[in-house]
Amino acid sequence: MTNEQPAAARPQDTTPVSAEASVVTAGRSGNPISWVRRLLSAAARWETLLLAILAVVVYEGMQISPYFLQLDFWNSPNFGASVSGTMEVAIMALAMTPIIITGDIDLSVESMVGLSGAVLGVLWVAGLPLVVVIPIVLGVGVLGGLFNGLMVTRLGLPALVVTLGTLALYRGLANAVLGTSYVSNFPSELTTFGFGYVPGTAVPWTLLAFLILAVVFTAVMHLTWLGRQVFAVGKNKDAARYSGVRVASLRTALFAVSGLVAAFAGIVLASRYNSVRADNGTGLTLTVVLIVVLGGVDINGGKGTIPGVILAVFTLAALQSALRLAGVSSEYQNVAIGLLLIFSVITPQIARQFRVLVDRVRSGRHRPVRDPVPGEVVR
Amino acid sequence: MTEGVPVAAGERPEAASAPPPVALAGVSKRFAATQALADVSLDLLPGEIHGLVGENGAGKSTIVKLLAGIYQPDSGSVVLDGKPVLLHGPAHARSLGIAVVHQEPRLFPDLTVAENVFIGHSPSGRFGALDWREMRRAADEIFASLSVHLDSSAVVRGLSMADQQLIEIAKALSVEARVLVLDEPTASLSAHEVERLFDIVRQTRDRGVAVLFVSHRLEEVFELCDRATVLRDGRHIVTAPTAQLTAADLVRHMVGRSVSLFPRTAAKIGDVLLDVRNLTRLGAFRDISFSVRAGEIVGLAGLVGAGRTEVARVLFGLDRADAGQVLLDGKRVSFKSPSAALGAGIAYVPEDRHLDGLVSGFSIAENVTLPILPRLFPRLFTRRSRERSLAAGYSERLRIRSTGVDELVEALSGGNQQKVVIAKWLATNPRVLILDEPTRGVDIGAKVEVHRIISDLAAAGLGIILISSELPEVLAMSDRIIVLHEGVMSAEIPRAEASEERVMFAATGQFAEGPSSGE
Repeated sequence: MTNEQPAAARPQDTTPVSAEASVVTAGRSGNPISWVRRLLSAAARWETLLLAILAVVVYEGMQISPYFLQLDFWNSPNFGASVSGTMEVAIMALAMTPIIITGDIDLSVESMVGLSGAVLGVLWVAGLPLVVVIPIVLGVGVLGGLFNGLMVTRLGLPALVVTLGTLALYRGLANAVLGTSYVSNFPSELTTFGFGYVPGTAVPWTLLAFLILAVVFTAVMHLTWLGRQVFAVGKNKDAARYSGVRVASLRTALFAVSGLVAAFAGIVLASRYNSVRADNGTGLTLTVVLIVVLGGVDINGGKGTIPGVILAVFTLAALQSALRLAGVSSEYQNVAIGLLLIFSVITPQIARQFRVLVDRVRSGRHRPVRDPVPGEVVR
Repeated sequence: MTEGVPVAAGERPEAASAPPPVALAGVSKRFAATQALADVSLDLLPGEIHGLVGENGAGKSTIVKLLAGIYQPDSGSVVLDGKPVLLHGPAHARSLGIAVVHQEPRLFPDLTVAENVFIGHSPSGRFGALDWREMRRAADEIFASLSVHLDSSAVVRGLSMADQQLIEIAKALSVEARVLVLDEPTASLSAHEVERLFDIVRQTRDRGVAVLFVSHRLEEVFELCDRATVLRDGRHIVTAPTAQLTAADLVRHMVGRSVSLFPRTAAKIGDVLLDVRNLTRLGAFRDISFSVRAGEIVGLAGLVGAGRTEVARVLFGLDRADAGQVLLDGKRVSFKSPSAALGAGIAYVPEDRHLDGLVSGFSIAENVTLPILPRLFPRLFTRRSRERSLAAGYSERLRIRSTGVDELVEALSGGNQQKVVIAKWLATNPRVLILDEPTRGVDIGAKVEVHRIISDLAAAGLGIILISSELPEVLAMSDRIIVLHEGVMSAEIPRAEASEERVMFAATGQFAEGPSSGE
């Protein structure tokens, strides 16, 4: 918003923050106008709206059932259980976010969950210790992600098509590795990770893992130059390349990270179910993308924040829990979640159109004549 | 400066008792800061090929777009059979008998030749269904009349540029055109294909169509055109029968643009920084050799499509060379990516700052530091204060006008955006700076400032390659001028011997008859 206010109107704006008034007269760059404006623009952010939605859902949830906020992460339809039930999806959403910000997508993550689980199961059955098995499983994830990334960047294929292919490929490999059997009876180290608490706290290990990854992703994306480069690639690939950003390597690396994280999510899922089957994780990709988009990440790339995605994780979990406690059947739960997603996509669009309208009315200018496309009938 | 010779009205063929089918009467057109056309009049007569020449940016394509109905004039009008008309769009212009063939064929690659010819006015039978057989028959008839052999049921994708150009012409003729406008149709054709095209254009003229032929190849204008008009800076300079003109006349009329410039300050010229030897990239340029010394500004002149940007792209690691060498400080280099070129000290200010130069949605500070992030923050974490103070330094030095370095670049004026692009590359501390059209689309004041900056940088010991389509700019700024013509070096002119005529002669491929080539 570029609100060009007449100079006379400014003092009124700043009266509530009288302490800052002296700064105005000093006329330095940190003046309260920009401060107020920054606050306003923060209030207009999607993350703020998401936080408000979360607050409303939590409030409603508490009205529906006193158990909503009960500190129990398992075996109950409350908020906490709902959160811990979405951890593998939440973890994958963190890695999906930078990929979508650069304008790519990774549809293969759910199959990587299946493949990593299958490898985990087979190697465990073969008698290898966990300290050997888990690095191998994570390595498989990195390789799968690298394959996606190299196909996309070196061959110039669309990520949508490549990862649609590996979505089938990795699931097929999972089936080849494990067949129709399943592996169960994992050692207690793994099952404790799956549904135990961090000693002395009420925090499940998987939630802790998610929170640590969330902090890492937030820091890298928003506080380091790697994150800056990710946004630059998403906003303008050519300008980023001209600026010396190694665009292809960066995109490839993001796919590798996504593969790694998906493999880790596979371990989380296996430990939580205490069993692996070749079809582990089927259908999770769409939920991952849903969370990312709900978190305010532009599906066309260039815009989005990790905190927004983290908020979306909790909002979705709260909504599911509240609906379940209210006795809403699962079909209608899906209706509600679908509507929320559509709402999250159209809100910025409507806001943008509104802004364009305001700008047009204000400037009273006509839109420039554009070059017609060939064959177009211009009346 | 040559003053415009008035339209040679008396020299028109006397048969012109009827008004010309199409004329431009005193048209002006302005785009933001640029006056693209100022009070230009032009008449196209039936049975005549009219050549339109001028430097890059003289206003040729604006005239084409006015006739095509893509632009409407700010003042003055397009006159049809003596009556002023307002062309609402390309379809309207076409329906009035004005057919335009644009420089790049704009065809539907997945449709057949016949479908492309008749797109928008396909013959149809009952119930509006397309009559495919009739369409192919009519297309074949047009191609036969042009003595062209082209399978009308073939799909366009995969056809040569020349064939696509012919389809555009057939498309133009399929509507009983009275006026045919050809915008640099030979740019991507081989010599043989050009001859075939010329035969077709002559046939079309002999059928009584008025032809406007836009070109910057002077020899073609003399070969094909009956009359020629020269534009300069959006103004009409001269119209005369080509029989009464020489190439030297045309060049003299084309050059002499008035541009305000910052005087070049002398710099101490040092050792050779960059040495380019027989650099070749197939299909773009071949055998380019030149060197750039510290403190020297080397101008790279030539017309659009001469291969200047292509040379820069290879030097910056965006494209690979097929042959030849590049030496930096005497050591052979071959960059696989812009990041490698940047690391070695070569920076490139690209031609299109919106597409390649700036990241919109990023602030001034974020744009300036983008190429140097790993160097600026070796510990991975960015620090706003460091970034902002660095950007503020450049902002002050280049006099970037903004509300502060946190302002988004898209909010700046063109000139200030260009300064942000330059700041961004200066921040990389380059030794060789390539500037591609650094003053395009910026207003006069900013232009002078950009010239001052370039001059200062040379004085500070940078080697500079300046690519510009503005002759006065190249002449005023460069210590040496390399002229390219269709991918080949046609001249290397030292500052003392450089003149607009000489550069223009070389740029239009007339190097044999250059007026003052010291042979």
